[in-house]
Amino acid sequence: MTDVASRDYAITAEERPLDGPSYASVSDYLALLKPRVMSLVVFTALVGILRAPGEVHPVIAFTALLCIAIGAGASGALNMWWDADIDAVMSRTKRRPIPAGRVTPGEALAFGMTLSVGSVLVLGLLVNELAAALLAFTIFFYVVIYTMWLKRSTPQNIVIGGAAGAFPPMVGWAAASGAIGLESVLLFLIIFFWTPPHFWALSLYKADDYARAGVPMLPVVSGPDETRRQILLYTLLLVPLAMSPYFLGMAGLAYGVASGVAGAMMLALAVKVYRLREGAVAIKACKQLFGFSILYLFTLFAVLLVEALHLPSWLSGLGG
Amino acid sequence: MTERDGTPPDGSRRDALPDTEGRREPGEAPVDGVVLSEEQRRRRRSRSVAIAVVLGALCVLFYVVTIVKLGPAVLIRPL
Repeated sequence: MTDVASRDYAITAEERPLDGPSYASVSDYLALLKPRVMSLVVFTALVGILRAPGEVHPVIAFTALLCIAIGAGASGALNMWWDADIDAVMSRTKRRPIPAGRVTPGEALAFGMTLSVGSVLVLGLLVNELAAALLAFTIFFYVVIYTMWLKRSTPQNIVIGGAAGAFPPMVGWAAASGAIGLESVLLFLIIFFWTPPHFWALSLYKADDYARAGVPMLPVVSGPDETRRQILLYTLLLVPLAMSPYFLGMAGLAYGVASGVAGAMMLALAVKVYRLREGAVAIKACKQLFGFSILYLFTLFAVLLVEALHLPSWLSGLGG
Repeated sequence: MTERDGTPPDGSRRDALPDTEGRREPGEAPVDGVVLSEEQRRRRRSRSVAIAVVLGALCVLFYVVTIVKLGPAVLIRPL
């Protein structure tokens, strides 16, 4: 018990909302890693690894993927550490481990910093330095640029901050090839332009939450009408951009068809959000767009993944 | 005397804390001030097990990656 006693006095009362030693369970620490966000990061990074030119040993690929996942999780923990005050007043986030009082802010900070440094070091030592540098920049961008600076200061927070979520396929590409290719930049841009319509659709029906927390999301600052216009504009940019790998010869016919069909549906839902502005139908349209946007991104990357695995040749070889 | 060296903010020391339960005899070892509940003990144990598993997995990962990076040539050496 002595070790717990000394640890008990190493943190201040302000840092320790709990009365006594930690109640944090393993699942609380896993929740700090934002597993759902992490799964999307792993998936897009895997596509980056498999689409990159050259051969990479499966063990090295697995190591890279693990480091990218841990780095993304560390960013999530540091985000929760910094945003614990606003998480506590938002319905979507108030049950997270820190506002719920199961993990202290100090514990989350130590956990996030340890994993951040560890993931970057291991990626650098076992895979390559470029991938490690990109991962370090991604963590820095998400935690410092987005979480600490942009999120509370500008309605363009998720536009610029979206870059953090767009880096994983580029990190994966760099891990596999040791370079940054044009296709990895395209993958980055697809996620970058996908982020605003995705999050603004959510923020349209969670605007009260963001307003209560003092987060200047676009619907709070500029109103829902301007948000709907911006969603439509970004979707108009996103859909042709998402089809560009096919037209540039970097992806096959399957990707061309999938990105065209899914893009048309994404655009149709964005138009629906733009036109329906009042009542339950407007909220339903926003929820549909939010839900479909996840499926849309998943579809694009899943087809790229299938093509990279050289599965059916009639699917992958006809377009490029 | 600071919080960092394990001394409480009021400057008192753990071994100077009064025996609130009245069971301590003169000359007997001091009673520690922090007693974990059963739930805290259980969760600390699960955290310790998780850390052990992660450290073990890291050892395996480093070993396997080392073999992969060195390649089959690691087995060719003068005896």
